[in-house]
Amino acid sequence: MAAETRRMATRDAYGEELVEIGRENPDIVVLDADLSGSTKTSLFARVFPERFFNTGIAEANMIGIAAGLAAAGKIPFASTFAVFAPGRVYDQIRMSVAYPALGVKIAATHAGLTVGEDGASHQALEDLALARVLPNLTVIVPADGPETRAAVRAAVAHPGPVYLRLGRAPVPVIYPDGRSFTIGRYDVLKEGRDVALVASGIMVDICLQAALSLAADGVLAAVVNASTLKPLDEETLLAVAARTGAVVTAEEHSVIGGLGGAVAEFLSGTLPVPVVRVGVADRFGRSGRPDELLEAYGLTPRAVADAARKAVSLKRA
Amino acid sequence: MSGTTSLTGPRAGPEELRQVAARVRRHIIGMIGLAGSGHPGGSLSAADLLTALYFRVLRLNPADPAWPERDRFVLSKGHAAPALYAVLAERGFFPVEELRGLRRLGSILQGHPDMKSTPGVEASTGSLGQGLSFGVGLAAAAKLDRAAWRVYVMLGDGELQEGQVWEAAMSAVHFKLDNLTAIVDCNGLQIDGPVEEVMSISPLVDKWRAFGWNVLSIDGHDMVQILDALETADRQPGRPTVILARTVKGRGVGFMENRAEWHGKAPSGEQLEEALRALGASGGPESPGTAGAAPGGPGPGRDGRSGTRKGKGGGRG
Repeated sequence: MAAETRRMATRDAYGEELVEIGRENPDIVVLDADLSGSTKTSLFARVFPERFFNTGIAEANMIGIAAGLAAAGKIPFASTFAVFAPGRVYDQIRMSVAYPALGVKIAATHAGLTVGEDGASHQALEDLALARVLPNLTVIVPADGPETRAAVRAAVAHPGPVYLRLGRAPVPVIYPDGRSFTIGRYDVLKEGRDVALVASGIMVDICLQAALSLAADGVLAAVVNASTLKPLDEETLLAVAARTGAVVTAEEHSVIGGLGGAVAEFLSGTLPVPVVRVGVADRFGRSGRPDELLEAYGLTPRAVADAARKAVSLKRA
Repeated sequence: MSGTTSLTGPRAGPEELRQVAARVRRHIIGMIGLAGSGHPGGSLSAADLLTALYFRVLRLNPADPAWPERDRFVLSKGHAAPALYAVLAERGFFPVEELRGLRRLGSILQGHPDMKSTPGVEASTGSLGQGLSFGVGLAAAAKLDRAAWRVYVMLGDGELQEGQVWEAAMSAVHFKLDNLTAIVDCNGLQIDGPVEEVMSISPLVDKWRAFGWNVLSIDGHDMVQILDALETADRQPGRPTVILARTVKGRGVGFMENRAEWHGKAPSGEQLEEALRALGASGGPESPGTAGAAPGGPGPGRDGRSGTRKGKGGGRG
């Protein structure tokens, strides 16, 4: 990565893109539960106050209102922290949004460890597992700002419900502005024949760094941005698994139920190859600086490289 | 039968409504008896209110259930689905014969309302406490569009123990949704016993008033009072109205009345015959829907409201 790598939080890209699409489409409405300054929906609220609904600290009601708005033809974006949606309002999402397949876009920010100092109460490490298991719900985890903007547009175009996972902390920008995005299609950022690093969110950039260090050791790693957790891009997963014979998954989430779980479930029934999962090992987060936490919980280029060597060693002779 | 008159409810008077409600009650018992499971108590308590809504108040087009200018009804107490299905069938949204399929695999009539399966069902419910939020979203959408359609939400009294109801109640007033009417079917019983013993919700009038609602208290089995309250609710500028309707759980079937054990149990054998006899059925449970022909004929619109609609005509059909 270039030394002057541009950084941007995905929540900032989300807030800015909401204003853009709000200008283009009068059916866009936005809801928040007293966190609009943090989720960046305040940008939309400032420009389109009549299309912004602040429910106060009442997330369950926010999801229900969003569902009603969607049933009447609006395209609602409902935002709060990822610990609260899906966690706090799981039944509301299940009953009022996913079951009737209403086009509510749940854009949850502050996902994962990189929330930082607020600690475990605010660090969602299980939201992807919760979201992924619901039928009809599309689950998107953008890797950077430009991809977030494109994902917001893809969510608008998609008729059904969407869970969009966003972060608090600035992350390196990988893609140029104006990136195109197709739900359920993965981007192979780097080709490699020895192992495939399949990553989402902030771990995409970390896997790119890991691939560089692995290359120095003669291990050629492919890097895949798995930005849609549901539906999986089965075609790309099969292709990279067949080409490399070993897979590492990497996500800022529990190793249970997220990207690692989804990839392992899929490959075990189609093309069984070693799948080594990098993520948070079934424990809660804690307070600290984001970079310290990533180090403490093993979400680093070094941890990914170690996992890659392990996956390679597990290949059948 | 054509043009605007087909879009409005049959303008039935109280006596005709009582006759329809009697058929609705026979349908309820007949279909639950056939299904072998379901919730007779809370369906029978809601029968008169639903009949008044669907045969006098709501503007609907059974031939075009998605008519954009229709009024919306949300059954938040989703376990009363048999009562809703009965009025929808009587109103012509689907053939009365469909009632025989209640709760069976392949039927359009799910155990609890599913807006994707059943014509005329406006919200998927069954997990209590969510319908009023959904109704707030619908009403907010109508306000954004400056549309004339109204939203009605029916809740149970036990359901008011769910905190989300009060989040929604707060927001409906905050958003000044005078196009929203809540109806509480106060039958006084829930699964584990009397509402006041399980978890008191008193004083109910004061609670809703304190939240800023216009409150009407009526006898929920008196057609004149029901119609009067629903019409009054339509004329309360600036705030929503709640109708607290005192009802009898199991109303119309002596051995079910005011008995909590008939919340979620189907009558069978002699009990079923006795229940149908009590409701004046001529046919047996094997022929729900034969105990009276649907009135069918649509009539002119509600007093004072039919002329205020936006002239969008007969919907998208």
